[in-house]
Amino acid sequence: MTKQIRIALRNCGVIDPERIEDYIAREGYQALGKVLTELTPDETIEKLKKSGLRGRGGGGFPTGLKWEITRKVAADQKYVVCNADEGDPGAFMDRSVLEGDPHSVIEAMAINGYCTGANHGLVYIRAEYPLAIERLIIAIKQAKEAGLLGKNILGTGYDFDIEIRYGAGAFVCGEETALINSMEGLRGEPTVKPPFPSESGYMGKPTNVNNVETYANIPVIINKGEEWFARIGTKKSKGTKVFALAGKINNVGLIEVPMGTTLRQVIYEIGGGIVNGKEFKAVQTGGPSGGCLTSKHLDVPIDYDNLIAAGSMMGSGGMIVMDQDDCMVAIAKFYLDFTVEESCGKCSPCRIGNKRLYELLDKIIQGNGTPEDIDKLRNLGSVIKDTSLCGLGQSSPNPVLSTIENFHEEYVEHVTAKKCRSGVCKSLMIYFIDIEKCIGCTLCARNCPVNAITGERKQAHYIDTDKCIKCGACMEKCKFNAVFIN
Amino acid sequence: MEDLKRLGDELKEKAEILSQKDHPRSIIQVRVAMATCGIASGARLVFEFMKEELEKRSIPARVTQTGCMTYCYAEPTVEIILPGKEPVMFGFVTVKKADEIIEKFIRKGELVDGVIPVTYETIESYSAEIN
Repeated sequence: MTKQIRIALRNCGVIDPERIEDYIAREGYQALGKVLTELTPDETIEKLKKSGLRGRGGGGFPTGLKWEITRKVAADQKYVVCNADEGDPGAFMDRSVLEGDPHSVIEAMAINGYCTGANHGLVYIRAEYPLAIERLIIAIKQAKEAGLLGKNILGTGYDFDIEIRYGAGAFVCGEETALINSMEGLRGEPTVKPPFPSESGYMGKPTNVNNVETYANIPVIINKGEEWFARIGTKKSKGTKVFALAGKINNVGLIEVPMGTTLRQVIYEIGGGIVNGKEFKAVQTGGPSGGCLTSKHLDVPIDYDNLIAAGSMMGSGGMIVMDQDDCMVAIAKFYLDFTVEESCGKCSPCRIGNKRLYELLDKIIQGNGTPEDIDKLRNLGSVIKDTSLCGLGQSSPNPVLSTIENFHEEYVEHVTAKKCRSGVCKSLMIYFIDIEKCIGCTLCARNCPVNAITGERKQAHYIDTDKCIKCGACMEKCKFNAVFIN
Repeated sequence: MEDLKRLGDELKEKAEILSQKDHPRSIIQVRVAMATCGIASGARLVFEFMKEELEKRSIPARVTQTGCMTYCYAEPTVEIILPGKEPVMFGFVTVKKADEIIEKFIRKGELVDGVIPVTYETIESYSAEIN
């Protein structure tokens, strides 16, 4: 049996998030105390570097290195930011951490401030998370009252304060430069890197941005030691990762597994297999920026590098499981629809390119696609990836490219045979009545919302395919299985 | 810093006493998962019910809210720790189910349907394993 290890989720579901005592009873704020009284900022950063912790928001940038870069930039004012703008459809690990264990994030931000030389922290959280915000506000208040936040923390002379900034829920604002713009009251648009936020971020000052889950790991690394942490995981990806399992899987929920766990273990052992015992088809990782992995990837150990090599990415950790009833072309269109909606419009490859990708997919789904369209999708997709300004555009064609790569035959079927094997793309389906089976009970005709079915009582009926809207009502009502799809 | 350490140890001890067998201050602990998703599936009703009914039925217990217990498919989820026993996690807990849990599991120690097998390692259990 594959073991989960709860590190980032260590207190979720255990403590009362609105009671700081519960957190302190479980080694809470001991890491902050240790760092402030026993370690220098450089020593702390060294520990993080040795632990091998990488950013859990998706990019996988080494956290210790990020802190070091921010530390080295000389400035009169620096900022520490927590990115809680969780935007991937189907991902909710950051919300769970903030709702279940807000103090772990506060503690880690204070450690971050001490290491980088910042005394001001900002949490950028989407206003769609009211309960997480409420609990975070309570936690900040309690930490201040306990002298663990504010002026002269634990009598060490170190000051650190945290304020909350609300996001309006734009996907692109999870990108750190767009996030900073949004916090400054500007449009949530990314800017060209470099300069990186660690050099010039919020208000033009060095700013260290980390994700919620990254922060949640940090107190444990300090308390348990970097070697302890680095023993978990693979060579280049240390520790654990929280995934949100969703889709056609029995045990929908959050899981936290060591890096290097395989998809098979996640889906069949922890996830309890596919709903109704159907066949596994693909799993979408990394949300709209990720790609689809298939049965041939079931035994790949999941870590940052392997997922990229397989044409997907870690992303924030959403895992949407699909079975034989899901059409991969329609899935690609679904994600593109999301990115087209969420593109900020600043750079043309993303703004115009993704729209064109979407139109090509729609054309295929409507039954008007040609084999050349598949090549066009590929070419355009790679151009968008290469030329977009920020992470959103650079990764938005991934769902299209990876489904073409892994399910090429389904695309070909859609454009040549005009067939959707999963029965999802309605335009490609034609309903017929088997005249051998039809006894002329008229039930289908009476239930057809558009009167597309004609026929005399006790005689075989016919469907007018021009009128038919493919709602499937006839098929559902027929007691003799006489209605079928081509 | 010393104060913080001491406070941590004290609170830890206090928390541990709650679940010890035969300790004069040990008590039945009921934890209700109350993240957004749990509340949406009715956890608040279960929480209120547990709190009120345990008191009405004169069963001394500490009912607390927690964050997400991660079993989305089985919300609302409730964890119960009887002193001296391993925690038991229940899924699909409606008010009716909560009543059954109080009468059968909490009062008599009989298991009722809906137990979720908990299979993860904690930081402590993992550390013990590797040493």
